[in-house]
Amino acid sequence: MKGSKFHRNFIASHLQGIPKSGIRDFFDIVSTRKDIISLSIGEPDFVTPWHIREASIFALDRGATAYTANLGLLELRLLLSKYITKSFHVEYDPTSEVLVTVGVSEAMDLAIRAITEPGDEIIYHEPCFVSYAPVIIMAHGKPVPVITKREDSFKLKPDMLKKKITNRTKAIILNFPNNPTGAVLERKDVEDIADIVIKNDLLVITDEIYSELTYEGERVCIASLPGMRERTIFLNGFSKTWAMTGFRVGFACAPAPLTDAMMKIHQYIMMCAPILSQKAAIEALKNGDSDIIEMCSEYRKRRNFICSSLNDMGLPCHIPKGAFYAFPYIGDYGMTSKDFSLKLLDKENVACVPGTAFGQSGEGFLRCSYATNMDDIKEAIIRIARFVKLLKKG
Amino acid sequence: MDELLKLLRKNALESPSNIAKMLGLTEKEVKAKIAEYEKKGIIRGYQAIVNKDQLDLNTVRAVIEVKITPEREGGFDRIAARLGKFPEVESLSLMSGGYDLLVFVTGAHLKDVALFVSEKLATIEGVLSTSTHFMLKTYKDQGVLMETEKEDERLKVSP
Ligand SMILES: Cc1ncc(COP(=O)(O)O)c(C=O)c1O
Repeated sequence: MKGSKFHRNFIASHLQGIPKSGIRDFFDIVSTRKDIISLSIGEPDFVTPWHIREASIFALDRGATAYTANLGLLELRLLLSKYITKSFHVEYDPTSEVLVTVGVSEAMDLAIRAITEPGDEIIYHEPCFVSYAPVIIMAHGKPVPVITKREDSFKLKPDMLKKKITNRTKAIILNFPNNPTGAVLERKDVEDIADIVIKNDLLVITDEIYSELTYEGERVCIASLPGMRERTIFLNGFSKTWAMTGFRVGFACAPAPLTDAMMKIHQYIMMCAPILSQKAAIEALKNGDSDIIEMCSEYRKRRNFICSSLNDMGLPCHIPKGAFYAFPYIGDYGMTSKDFSLKLLDKENVACVPGTAFGQSGEGFLRCSYATNMDDIKEAIIRIARFVKLLKKG
Repeated sequence: MDELLKLLRKNALESPSNIAKMLGLTEKEVKAKIAEYEKKGIIRGYQAIVNKDQLDLNTVRAVIEVKITPEREGGFDRIAARLGKFPEVESLSLMSGGYDLLVFVTGAHLKDVALFVSEKLATIEGVLSTSTHFMLKTYKDQGVLMETEKEDERLKVSP
């Protein structure tokens, strides 16, 4: 760069402020090693159920290779609207309030870009999925984290939330069941948050990608509470529910003016979600109820096993009620999360993501994904237990 | 089906302590439940699922469709019970449709199976006809694919 008088720094300055992802760092280290057992994977180990894959193949056979409507195939939007009413108790008009996206990833970007003016503050709870803060920054907003704590079972506490609200606050992102903590909210918690949102005239973006993977308790969607539908953008997708991460298909639902705004962005940057993925999504909604039940029952057993094993060996771990992550506390061993996971990788060839990859408040924790087959989980547990025993001896 | 049975159907070697953790029971409860299933005869045994094609056994396996005359007392059960006693018979079911019994048999050679059909099976009183199909290759047995699964293609770390 030096010496060339005309060579400016071409990279936008707001992008330079976004740190490299901790996940990416860890990935680079892990990928240098062989024969590891990875509990670091944030996607289902199941392959997409065959009937869903087959529907996509059938569509390809029939030559379904074109663009679809910007909003997505009408048949899919009709099914989505019915499914959301049934499972989440909110109604969305399939012609103007449902937008099919390229995963929740795109949906989150659309939602934030549609509402954020430069300097607007968007609150999110942390530890959390890696994309929220960067996406807010890319939209020239200001990310404002609220910490969730182990002693609160990683729920978002109303008083903590209130403290972060200013006159620039525009919206709050919710993600329950949560990645990486597995936390869920109960009805009372959701009602308290809704109260604050309404009183402060805010908007909620709810990332419900793990909702179908709720193992116990009532599932309450904030959009279904009185006065909340008009101030909620509901995001969900097929990645986790039907093990369809590679299909890249999700959806955003919101009152028509908000959907319109998101649609404006979507139509110019994406046009539409891939048609074959939309066809697969149609099949999932039509005939995929039992897939969810089966996968949930398998995840539940793994969760029970992994959490009780971690607790037994001296890594305290709350019982996550949703998603597929255990989030044990490892702070008693005088090491940072990063050091702990690097040492574990080095000594026992087991990869768990350091909690700090999900925000500074993840310090002291590890994320252990149980979207991993049972045999690998069992072996990983044996190795982690051996590692912890060694640490205890000093 | 009970979750415990589902687990054992998948892996009969799963240890009671692991099962206990998965189901949120105590080890003692799991052992007691298994013992009860065994006593009641709900669990009939534990076997390895073997890919015979890989063993070069040269054994022959066949499926035989058998038509029989039901009897006044007992319907198909007497003949089925008789057939079931032959060690060659691996499995045996009563079917709806064009025939009555479906019999899976194994023999060391083609000749053995042929002899079994012509001398033992067809001669039983009440057996009207048989139709024998030889199995060429097994792709899936008892819910288990016989080909080795491909490696996990997911990235080793993802958010
Ligand atoms: C909380 C959360 N939101 C969104 C996503 C992205 O999902 P999609 O595959 O639908 O883009 C993930 C994926 O790991 C996630 O964990």
